[in-house]
Amino acid sequence: MNQMTGAQLILRLLERQGVRTIAGIPGGAILPLYDALSGTGTIQHVLARHEQGAGFMAQGMARVSGKPEVCFASSGPGATNLVTAIADAMLDSIPLVAITGQVPLSMIGTDAFQEVDIYGMTVPITKHNFLVRSAEELLEVIPEAFRIAMSGRPGPVLVDVPKDVQGQIVTFDEFPPVAVPKAAPRPEMAQIEAAARLINEAERPVLYLGGGVIHSGAAQQAVMLAEQGGLPTTMTLMALGAMPMDHPLSIGMLGMHGARYTNFVLEEADLLICVGARFDDRAIGKAAQFCPKAGIIHIDVDPSELDKIKTAHVAINGDVAEVLELLLPRVQVQLRKRWLAHVDGLKSRYPMQFGGLDDPRSHYGLIRAVASALDDEAVITTDVGQHQMWVAQAYPFRRPRQWLTSGGLGTMGFGMPTALGAALAAPERTVVCFSGDGSIMMNIQELATLAEQGLNVKIVLMNNNALGLVYQQQSLFYGKRTFASRYAGAPDFMKIAEGFGIPAVDLDQCEHPRAALAQALQTPGPCLIHASIDREEFVYPMVPPGAANTEMIGG
Amino acid sequence: MEQVAEPLQQSGFAKVVLELEVNNHPGVMSHICNLFARRAFNMEGIMCMPVADGIRSRIWLLVFEDQRLEQMIRQLEKLEDVLAVNRHGAEHDVFVRMEDFFH
Repeated sequence: MNQMTGAQLILRLLERQGVRTIAGIPGGAILPLYDALSGTGTIQHVLARHEQGAGFMAQGMARVSGKPEVCFASSGPGATNLVTAIADAMLDSIPLVAITGQVPLSMIGTDAFQEVDIYGMTVPITKHNFLVRSAEELLEVIPEAFRIAMSGRPGPVLVDVPKDVQGQIVTFDEFPPVAVPKAAPRPEMAQIEAAARLINEAERPVLYLGGGVIHSGAAQQAVMLAEQGGLPTTMTLMALGAMPMDHPLSIGMLGMHGARYTNFVLEEADLLICVGARFDDRAIGKAAQFCPKAGIIHIDVDPSELDKIKTAHVAINGDVAEVLELLLPRVQVQLRKRWLAHVDGLKSRYPMQFGGLDDPRSHYGLIRAVASALDDEAVITTDVGQHQMWVAQAYPFRRPRQWLTSGGLGTMGFGMPTALGAALAAPERTVVCFSGDGSIMMNIQELATLAEQGLNVKIVLMNNNALGLVYQQQSLFYGKRTFASRYAGAPDFMKIAEGFGIPAVDLDQCEHPRAALAQALQTPGPCLIHASIDREEFVYPMVPPGAANTEMIGG
Repeated sequence: MEQVAEPLQQSGFAKVVLELEVNNHPGVMSHICNLFARRAFNMEGIMCMPVADGIRSRIWLLVFEDQRLEQMIRQLEKLEDVLAVNRHGAEHDVFVRMEDFFH
């Protein structure tokens, strides 16, 4: 017979799920849980400076480990501050369990101090959410939250726990079983056969990999399929690393900031094999004009993604790793010399243009200099904006989960706390966060957490003193009326780092920036690396919003 | 429920009756209504009563059949608290019999 408080029960259940690190911030309504946490030896707590930071730290852990990770926040503003990080996890399908304190049951609905309906607010941005009404319910709710977060298409789950429920004594015989993912839907063999037939008969097929390949651990199978079928392979922003960037069959990232040749190859494809991707507008441009000549095979674990944007000729609902395993023995070995030679021709006629690759003071040169000072074991995170797209274009990603970025929600402020989370989950790796001066300011307070934890996180701050991508869009599409995109002031990031107790290097002031950069990256512990970037450098090529992918400008 | 977006022109489409088997607890209805409201998909009629000793509920929805209905049903089926979705034609008499209460 077990007897404990709701708070103690939550922690025991989290321990049983293998949770070892929790990021969060305490407050009145979650104090019973924090009181219980102070008594456990197994779970480490990382005290963030803003709940959004805590949410992204949990995301960083989850994106590296692939397992659900946990963040804590108190009621009211604590909970609302988590909202952006939860929505971000929803759009990128990241398993996350957010636990919030709530005012006592009897006070719910009375506009009590720090009361908000976080359950109601998170309905559209979670896979599922719970408002726990008794400590006994926790026996079911906590394992269920983990099961939901990691089953099928992963995603965030919120559990709102009133303060009195945390303090309530609960008596029970046995702990519930540790939650495991629900079995994925069984793919239909007839569809697998049909897909194999289409691949074998196609003349100009293209393999289109999405984030689902990373989540499902299917990168190896995807590369095997490409090699066996002679399939040129494009990746979405979320799938970078699924196939090594320098693999001969890789045609790089597609979409708004993909290389010209990549989008031209897709234009000519007669078959598109979409694996764990969702035809996002930034990837496919104007849907009606995307791959106009291609039949579509769509493989996804989420049935609601099939036929959502583009109608598939063969739609397969199942775990992508499992489906690819079934597909592989049915796909003929083909060299496809003609098609691949044509793809190579397009590549040499319309290559990705990397200006200044050899100059570490240019944006592409800086990114490549970082890459050459590191190996594939490093984890790369970004914030959101021009720097993010430049890194996506130029960094040689070679393994799944090497690259953590906010794709669907595009959250500025994502990069640094996510890097902290990545370093917490994989302390043996170097973690580099590429950021911009706009993004870094959105969660700059987490430098304090980084300094305390002493994690091996390097922030490469590409500073153009502007909201670069806004400035770019205004310059290109709003008659050069650049408004509210350039900053009037210019904070001294070196002093900011110093104030937080973070070592900093200003590459602008270094005579040998490449050597200074390499040294900063190889010195253990946190570091901020500052580099000025020309505001007039834009991300090219660019598909104007709403246009077809073949209507690229620049590059 | 407050209207959050202009409903698309749906008159002229056939009506469809959806029968949902759901868990019965506070919050289930808000998950379902949110899905429809977000997509500007108007619910013409809605009815809900507990079944199975109150553990579950049955919800009847009257909606217009447009090209988004299939996607709506798939989204409904993804909700944790929705156990089953059955689709009936407009000839189903559940709402017809309720009309007496609206005159």
